[in-house]
Amino acid sequence: MADHEHDHDAVDCEQVLAELYTFLDGELTVERRSRIQVHLDDCNPCLEVFDFEAELRQVVRSRCTEEVPFDLRVRVEQQIQALARQSDLDAQA
Amino acid sequence: MADQATFADQAMEFMPALYAAAMRMTRKPADAEDLVQETYLKAYRGFGGFQEGTNLKAWLYRILTNTYINQYRAKKRRPDETDLDEVEDLYLYRRLGGLEAAQAGRSAEDELMDYFTDSEVKDAIEALPEQFRMAVLLADVEGFSYKEIAEIVDIPIGTVMSRLHRGRKALQKQLYEFATERGLTGRGESDDGSAARERVAAEQASTRTHG
Repeated sequence: MADHEHDHDAVDCEQVLAELYTFLDGELTVERRSRIQVHLDDCNPCLEVFDFEAELRQVVRSRCTEEVPFDLRVRVEQQIQALARQSDLDAQA
Repeated sequence: MADQATFADQAMEFMPALYAAAMRMTRKPADAEDLVQETYLKAYRGFGGFQEGTNLKAWLYRILTNTYINQYRAKKRRPDETDLDEVEDLYLYRRLGGLEAAQAGRSAEDELMDYFTDSEVKDAIEALPEQFRMAVLLADVEGFSYKEIAEIVDIPIGTVMSRLHRGRKALQKQLYEFATERGLTGRGESDDGSAARERVAAEQASTRTHG
């Protein structure tokens, strides 16, 4: 990591970075989450890492979209309608 | 107990997400279309078993995942858990971190956006061994919780976490290799092994064809 010119212990940074993904995944308790938030308010090097990872995830997410082929949507809707009609007929019989 | 008559109204909105996931799983548009179609028909037939008020998206993903595993993966040898190399933590940050300083007034996200094209991000995910690919896809692209992923893939939460941990690092390494191939990485050359990585990347570049 970058040099830490802070009064807090480097052990804090290690612990905070160890929980980086759990934090970004929204899987920490409120208490752990706010402890990390307090650390990040005070520690630029760790904040930079967190921002980088959060932004990378945003990039991955936005780059992974696909346009649904029009035919696929139509085909699925038609097949579902056909199954619904069939079960209506079965119910009447 | 869900009413089949409401299925289309509730479920069709998830098709773009399901189709994108199917593309990352099967890697082929024709197979992805078949997989999504099969998923919707199975979901419609089984909709009576869906508990109204629970997470429909997660329920659909579970059907998608099971259908993929049963129908498509069966064609291939079961992939090995040990397929992934060990990769150091924060692999990409250590090499590309601090980009935003290079051009004032631009966000780090913009910089990262410039680094990777759509097809590179997709290829990097598709290059992951299956178990890791599913975990990364469900968490990082779809935003499911650990518990939801555990239920979708039917594995313990601890396994979800370890697959995510290793899968994310492997994804970062692959992304870095793509960036290196395109000559985009002028930074971080002082770290150990970068010259070797570049040689490997150059060799791969000469044999790989980009889709």
